[in-house]
Amino acid sequence: MTAVPVASEPIGVRWNPRRYFGGFWRHPIARAVFKAVLTIWVTTTLTFFLIRLMPGSPVELKIDELIQTANGALTYDDAKAIASGLFAINLNAPLHEQYASFVWNLLHLDLGNSFLSAGTSVTSIILSVLPWTLFSVGTGLLLSFIAGIGLGLLAAYRRNSLLDRVVSTGGSFVSSIPNYLIALLMILFLGVQFRLINFTSMRGAYSSGTQPGFTPQFIGDIFYHAALPITIYFMTQIGHWILSMRSATLSALEEDYVTAARARGLSDGRIRSAYVGRNAVLPLVTQLAISVGFIVGGAAIIEQIFAYQGVGLRLLAAVTQRDYPVIQGIVLLTTGSVVIANLAADLLYSKLDPRIGRAGGASG
Amino acid sequence: MSTAILVRPTLGQRISGPATAALEFLRLLSQRPVGLAGFVGIVFFLLLAFVAPYFVPLQNDPSLVDIYLTPSAAHPLGTDFQGKDVLNQIVYGGQPIMIVAILAALFSTIIAITFGSIAATIGGRIDTAILAITDVTLTLPKLILLIAVAAILRPTSFVFLAVILGLLQWSSLLRQIRAQVLSLRERDYVEAARSLDLGLFHIVFREILPTMRSYIAIHFIFAMTEAMYAQVFIIFLGLVPVSGSNWGIMLYFAQGQGALFFRDSIWYILSPILAISLVQLSLVSFASALEDIFNPRLRGS
Repeated sequence: MTAVPVASEPIGVRWNPRRYFGGFWRHPIARAVFKAVLTIWVTTTLTFFLIRLMPGSPVELKIDELIQTANGALTYDDAKAIASGLFAINLNAPLHEQYASFVWNLLHLDLGNSFLSAGTSVTSIILSVLPWTLFSVGTGLLLSFIAGIGLGLLAAYRRNSLLDRVVSTGGSFVSSIPNYLIALLMILFLGVQFRLINFTSMRGAYSSGTQPGFTPQFIGDIFYHAALPITIYFMTQIGHWILSMRSATLSALEEDYVTAARARGLSDGRIRSAYVGRNAVLPLVTQLAISVGFIVGGAAIIEQIFAYQGVGLRLLAAVTQRDYPVIQGIVLLTTGSVVIANLAADLLYSKLDPRIGRAGGASG
Repeated sequence: MSTAILVRPTLGQRISGPATAALEFLRLLSQRPVGLAGFVGIVFFLLLAFVAPYFVPLQNDPSLVDIYLTPSAAHPLGTDFQGKDVLNQIVYGGQPIMIVAILAALFSTIIAITFGSIAATIGGRIDTAILAITDVTLTLPKLILLIAVAAILRPTSFVFLAVILGLLQWSSLLRQIRAQVLSLRERDYVEAARSLDLGLFHIVFREILPTMRSYIAIHFIFAMTEAMYAQVFIIFLGLVPVSGSNWGIMLYFAQGQGALFFRDSIWYILSPILAISLVQLSLVSFASALEDIFNPRLRGS
């Protein structure tokens, strides 16, 4: 073996992509934005793949269905042309062009038309149901977050007391029962067995006679109809926030800066809010965004049980009717909104925690 | 000390180690009533699902005269809309649900362990790529995707359903395993194994993963609860072609037949609700107790 020159070229002369890409990847904001774009792209491609390329794909099924209903009066190419119009895809174009036009349409928020109600765009369908889900899920999530953080902080401060045990055991109990079972139990006991609530009149997002607008009646009516879903979102989420806040507070209490603040003679209330509470809440902000995705998904079944006209109920209706443009639109929309919620949380987090804002500081 | 390592342990020594560990574990568990109740619940439901069907004869014949009977000696939980015994369905309906939950948890845990430890031990670009994929999957609204995927692919076999469920839920475990392996690989004994040039496979599977056993077990249980949740979710919505009988299908039919709204049929719909809830509660409280026992930081004071 002859001696191999270790560095035949001076370091840094040759272009090294890792240096640039690695630096970019380590920058938290760039990373968050990149992650968001990547997620949306992956879902888009996955949806395209599922709708267009799978054996027995919706497009092929629709073509078969068209030929069958026309009773032989339609050739395969005619049927394909009709299906093209329905899916807003030119099925005769090469695959990569189909994909490109699919992405191009998406960028213009053109999600095609519903199969069943011809001429109704998927975008308008989504816009008519989205506010109700956002309203009910958002209210439930926010209420459970605030209540959970308060109770979690309290439980951590009175660790191993009766209150702590009741709150944390009760919290983990309620959150481990599936939300749809709690909804069924609620109808079963409050609605049917003891007849405490008239759940049939609470169906829908608002009563059919009321006039939408910023009137007290309408707002009251909205809350009346959303009361059951909001209660479910509240009950199934609060346990998670109590337990997370409790353990976050317990670990924050062990930090040196709390001891230092105590030694400086700061009041208990000030330590609790400005030192312990603030630092314990920080990691929960990102969890809040991640849980949005979970709750919007879980909302589908809750909306079905209570017949609440939100995105989830519309998705399930589209699934039973095999209305693929609507399915596709709702999947893309929920992914998009969840991704944006996550992005917002990432940005907010790096704003709230100055350590994250510095490049190279974050890992794992 | 050095000779003790070289001498092969006798059979007695080899058994007494795990035996005392098990006894110590049971002692710690018995100090946690909620965790103990969870453990008893898990044992009960495992026996119900996997042993009881061998002792209870299957009663699958519909009987039109016995529709919606209230609980009696012959039918302790009443009958359903076809006059079938509800208790019998509960006994036979646990096994398929448990198997899918265990399989799905197994798939997701295997994916998470394999790629999580690869990412952490190899590092570099592979780590970046795996982490990026994980981050993307973590953000996806899984239940919405599950609805869409189930609607398009129509999983007819329960193994296929388990694969879909497993593929949707590995991401958070992978991140945690990667983080654990990253911190463990700096430990002295891993360093020692590396300096002995024992190879990546040996280091990961013989040195690092055994220390994470309890950790993985806890997450396996949580993965089971998630899989069970998603499975009953998708069955209850009627998106899986119905065949056979399990607690989710019971719930689907009870809801579809309007059993929710009749006072007499309460036991028919309440039975699967209670069975699923109790399994979930047992799993979660046992897993929390395990976390408490194996995480000394939480155990203190």
